[in-house]
Amino acid sequence: MNGRWLLKRIGMSLLVVWSTITLTFALIRLMPGSPISRMRAELYQQYGATMTQAEIDRQVRLYLNVQPDEPLWQQYITYLLDTFQGDLGHSYVQGIEVTVILADVLPWTVLLLSIAIMFQYTIGILLGASMAYAEGSRFDFLSTSVSTFLVSVPFYVFAFLLIFFFVFQWDLFPQGGKYSTGLEAGSLAFYRSVLYHATLPIVSLVITGFGGIALSMRANSIQTLGSDYIRGAQLRGLSNFRISYRYVARNAILPLYTGLLIQIGFLFGGAVILEQIFSYRGIGYVLLDATLYRDYPLMMGTFMVITIAVVVGVFVADLTYGKLDPRIQTGDSQ
Amino acid sequence: MSDASIENEDIPLEVVSDVDQTWQDTVRSLVNAYVLVPGRIMITDYRALLGFGIVFGYLFVGTVGVWLMEPTTMWDGDRLVQSFETMAHPLGTDPQGRDILTLLVYGTRPILLMMLSGGLFIITIGTAIGTVAGFSRGRLDQILSMITDVALTIPGLPLVIVLAVTLNPESPVLIGILLAINGWGGLARNLRSQVLSIREEDYVEAAKAMNVSTGNVLLKDVLPNMMPYILYNFMSSMRGVLFASVGLYYLGVLPYSQENWGVLLEQAYSGGALTTWSMFHWIFWPIVAVVILSIGLILLSQSTDKLFNPRVRARHE
Repeated sequence: MNGRWLLKRIGMSLLVVWSTITLTFALIRLMPGSPISRMRAELYQQYGATMTQAEIDRQVRLYLNVQPDEPLWQQYITYLLDTFQGDLGHSYVQGIEVTVILADVLPWTVLLLSIAIMFQYTIGILLGASMAYAEGSRFDFLSTSVSTFLVSVPFYVFAFLLIFFFVFQWDLFPQGGKYSTGLEAGSLAFYRSVLYHATLPIVSLVITGFGGIALSMRANSIQTLGSDYIRGAQLRGLSNFRISYRYVARNAILPLYTGLLIQIGFLFGGAVILEQIFSYRGIGYVLLDATLYRDYPLMMGTFMVITIAVVVGVFVADLTYGKLDPRIQTGDSQ
Repeated sequence: MSDASIENEDIPLEVVSDVDQTWQDTVRSLVNAYVLVPGRIMITDYRALLGFGIVFGYLFVGTVGVWLMEPTTMWDGDRLVQSFETMAHPLGTDPQGRDILTLLVYGTRPILLMMLSGGLFIITIGTAIGTVAGFSRGRLDQILSMITDVALTIPGLPLVIVLAVTLNPESPVLIGILLAINGWGGLARNLRSQVLSIREEDYVEAAKAMNVSTGNVLLKDVLPNMMPYILYNFMSSMRGVLFASVGLYYLGVLPYSQENWGVLLEQAYSGGALTTWSMFHWIFWPIVAVVILSIGLILLSQSTDKLFNPRVRARHE
């Protein structure tokens, strides 16, 4: 792996995380009617008689990681250092550390989304490639129309329909939750229950997601199939399998990566809606909860962790890009 | 003798057009380029026609439709009248007896406003940052590309939620901009790479050699090349804003002064519309409104490529 390329990627990831932390600090500290003044006012109302000003400030510091009486730049430095050390403050409503809450729910969201992305791309790439090979056929026309239609349906609409039919009309799937209660964690029945509960959310993401990937894979493949080096490979007598796998697929998949990077962010963002519809307590569900209760420390912490999750996801995707594109290894990426 | 030589020096390439264009000619060529030719192309392409019809229909409903219809109030009709049962309530009523069709019509305008302001915001920022970055190699390009990458990576919906809760905007136009706040990254990145290749073209070099200002080169030589892509992006960003706004209104995290499709979805979902057939029409029609508008935008965006393609155009001029 090319060292400079890797360093650049890491620097970029850190820059994104830093921007997010700065943004949340600005929102907490600088906005009119900011969380700080709100919290102080509430504490003052509740404990005004028993709490001194210094004690109220200490509470604010514990929850929001911001010391209101310090100069602004010093507050910023403290906030930055605390956050980078993994201290995201305390939840205002539940009173426990934000990191503890989030460590509990994040794996569930990652589970849902990674399975969904895997299926989206496997189905999308295979379908798109076969559409390109059968260009102009009835199969191609039908799949193109279906894919276009599926792209125009937002995933939450599909989730509504799934719930209506599969949960309330036919009673095939549970309405919500992550697993049935009363099962021993780690047992086979438990894992089966986890997959059973995750099915509908994953299906709604996959069905509305693979169409767009298939359409761009189709376009890329058709373009690649028309290029001279494919003719060259055929003239050299290479086997069809080798041509389609090493020459066409590889070059047609590369442009999909920009889409994948955006898709990761889109899915983590969309998790807020998805998990609400299916009452699936993942990180998006927690973000929405925090928002509705105006639990600012939890809200900002969740936002940061979602961003970090996206950054890590994008970073991992970038590493596999380096594996597919030989130019990255030789440092010839420009 | 000296007169002629000075004039020749002033005129690059030493050639001047020998026909004067009157303003009528200008108007005629503009009408031809922007109305007649696209119209002729569109008539031959049923998908473009359908997309245009759908989008225009929604625009009509959102502007004129609101004037034609009385707003609906509680107990306008019986509770939960089914669709297509009476002429008074063609799409049925909700559990409070409000007419669903009227609710949808009145919900159109705020949604369209959000989509329009969000879409315009995205293409303005995206085009500005992308073209400037691509055209101005060096430090400025690096900084702008870095900002673009950050905007691309920060997940959109959570950012919008956090901002909406702290800033609490009310007007649909502002909410539209908020929904589009980091949606310009993809457009900017793509335009940058397009400009990188356009700037090497002969005609750009010629313009620079003639000492045309950078702003003019960007506006007159570089930008027209990218219009189809920008227009395509305008449609798809409006679709993105539509999905995001309806989704976030459904979650109940955006403030509103007038009920729109997302708010209707939220009311229907929390009212239990998914549990039985008798209430299904309550949640079904807002969904249909969203999906059809989205299909219209997709069809229209797929046809933009044809509208601007010089080879297709030449056949209709």
